[in-house]
Amino acid sequence: MAAVERKILLKHADEDYYSPSIDSYLEQGGYEGLKKALAEKPEDLREAVKDSGLRGRGGAGFSCGIKWSLVDRKSGKPIYLICNCDESEPGTFKDRQLVHKDPHQLIEGMMISAFANDVALAFIYIREEMPLGAKILEKAIEEARAKNLVGENILGSGYSCDIVVHRGAGAYICGEETGLIESMEGKRPYPRIKPPFFPAVLGLYQCPTIVNNVETLCNVVHVVNMGVEEYTKIGRHGNTGTRIWCVSGMVKNPGYYEIEPMTMKEFLYDVCGGPLPGRKFKGCIPGGGSMKILGAEETYTDREGKSFSFDEIIVDYDGIAAAGSMSGSSGMMILDDSTDIVEALANITAFYAHESCGQCTPCREGSLWTKKITARMCTGGARPQDVDLLYDMAGNIGGRTVCPMGYSTTWPVQSYIEKFRDEFDSKAQANECGMKSFDERLIEK
Amino acid sequence: MNLSAETLEKIETTIPKYPEKRSAVMPLLHFVQSEQKYISNEAIEWIAEKLEIEPINVLEVVTFFPYYRQEKLGTVHVRVCRTLSCALMGAYKLGDELEKALDCKMGHTKEDGSVTLEYGECLAACGTGPVVLVDEDLYEKLNQTEAVGPMLEEIKKRAQAGAATE
Ligand SMILES: Cc1cc2nc3c(=O)[nH]c(=O)nc-3n(C[C@H](O)[C@H](O)[C@H](O)COP(=O)(O)O)c2cc1C
Ligand code: FES
Repeated sequence: MAAVERKILLKHADEDYYSPSIDSYLEQGGYEGLKKALAEKPEDLREAVKDSGLRGRGGAGFSCGIKWSLVDRKSGKPIYLICNCDESEPGTFKDRQLVHKDPHQLIEGMMISAFANDVALAFIYIREEMPLGAKILEKAIEEARAKNLVGENILGSGYSCDIVVHRGAGAYICGEETGLIESMEGKRPYPRIKPPFFPAVLGLYQCPTIVNNVETLCNVVHVVNMGVEEYTKIGRHGNTGTRIWCVSGMVKNPGYYEIEPMTMKEFLYDVCGGPLPGRKFKGCIPGGGSMKILGAEETYTDREGKSFSFDEIIVDYDGIAAAGSMSGSSGMMILDDSTDIVEALANITAFYAHESCGQCTPCREGSLWTKKITARMCTGGARPQDVDLLYDMAGNIGGRTVCPMGYSTTWPVQSYIEKFRDEFDSKAQANECGMKSFDERLIEK
Repeated sequence: MNLSAETLEKIETTIPKYPEKRSAVMPLLHFVQSEQKYISNEAIEWIAEKLEIEPINVLEVVTFFPYYRQEKLGTVHVRVCRTLSCALMGAYKLGDELEKALDCKMGHTKEDGSVTLEYGECLAACGTGPVVLVDEDLYEKLNQTEAVGPMLEEIKKRAQAGAATE
């Protein structure tokens, strides 16, 4: 049987009968979860989210319930909740769908999460490039406020919480939670060092703060509505719930697909329609531009020493981790035999060079050098030893910086070279080569 | 500072939403830039005074973020995504076409101030690339020729409307 989608978060989003209005959401039973939650004890809700196994959908895949349990509740300071809608990891466009098509699901998820964590004020940090999304959210919050679902004394429960929409201004680093917090404070978004600045203890205005991704917060609604037992039946152990995968690049049917774990073959062929006519998959960048590439011809070995093929990789957190990469932001970029791997890397390194905040020397300088060297490999002027130089340099960035963005330069460079070394060598040796996949201006020298 | 009553009202209602005034620096910059098309030195000082911070605290934010401009943006702001998925789908070819059709150099604002044309990074719409953001509107699947025409028309319409009101 062909593998298919399992729509829970996106159940209504693309249906003709549905709109982003509150009436549409209420018709489908919206805000019942909030009503249910307000009748429960906050600590029970936190426990339920922990037991649900819900993991963060923003990048690291950390347990949402455990994150909430780390919040400092003794300090007496206010607790803040921030929804991370910065969605700027290359290849990712799922939060866009959730915000534009079903904003009330997010607002309900935020209000439940806020109540569960005694939050008095919540924020949505939305990237500047989604101006329409910001307007939709503002309107949805007003609609919810008019129905007493946001604001003072929500549904007569005595609980009050407001939501403020905060717009970014075009910087990728604002997706990193501590950079985001600095930006919310009105400063440059230079990430903070951990320890001591774990947001759960010293976050926004040095108060305990929860930062969660849009998709994570939307899932909270379904944990509450379904109950832990039903929710944990979706997906598999350690990877509960569905995930929305964003597929782009060289594939027949790019798009966003909400699925339970399945194999790469089922996903890429049954769900995404397979490669373009006459082409062969070369590999896939599984979790946004930062992540290590998975080669289509490669043999993988898991921790127990069992080997498996690209087709057999399970598309979820643990399945992709077993293949040596990460599911990250679930932005899957597909490359095929027409794609020049060096040019692809040159494009990716240009992104991270542009987006480095400049605070840490290894990331600021290293990302620029990886951009420079990959560029000269594509446009001429490279030296044969450049491949080793590039590889070595990339190994000195990740782990030596304040925030994990250093790895966004390290991982692509290392994995592309490890898996497609021949192509790099031939480019570096040819010294002068025309562009194949893109063209010269891809590379700003 | 010469700001419309509407912008001033937005500013006054936004500041108290935040527990600390300084947090309002980004929204205030957004409001001012959308009215004046750039952030002037006068605006930086005005915002600083409004939020009871030093002008350097505003300037450091303006100079960090690509969206804030110290030089006037064109009447129409056109951003072509150049990140991997869009590049694979032909973003650079599209960039070329737009340069020609709009008679505007990539990365520049036309001399008459009508259009700013730029490459930008991933716009979170990679499944329908190549994509372009025209002011607040997203245009998708622009490797299909029939999709480019209507976008160009809209850009030209807005550029003309802007010229008429100047
Ligand atoms: C460089 C960098 C960029 C990030 N960008 C995003 C982003 O755009 N959206 C997001 O939700 N998380 C992003 N993250 C992850 C956040 O730091 C944070 O872990 C996440 O928002 C937590 O939410 P979750 O636990 O619900 O996944 C980024 C992390 C790093 C290091
Ligand atoms: S790569 Fe162009 S929108 Fe993501």
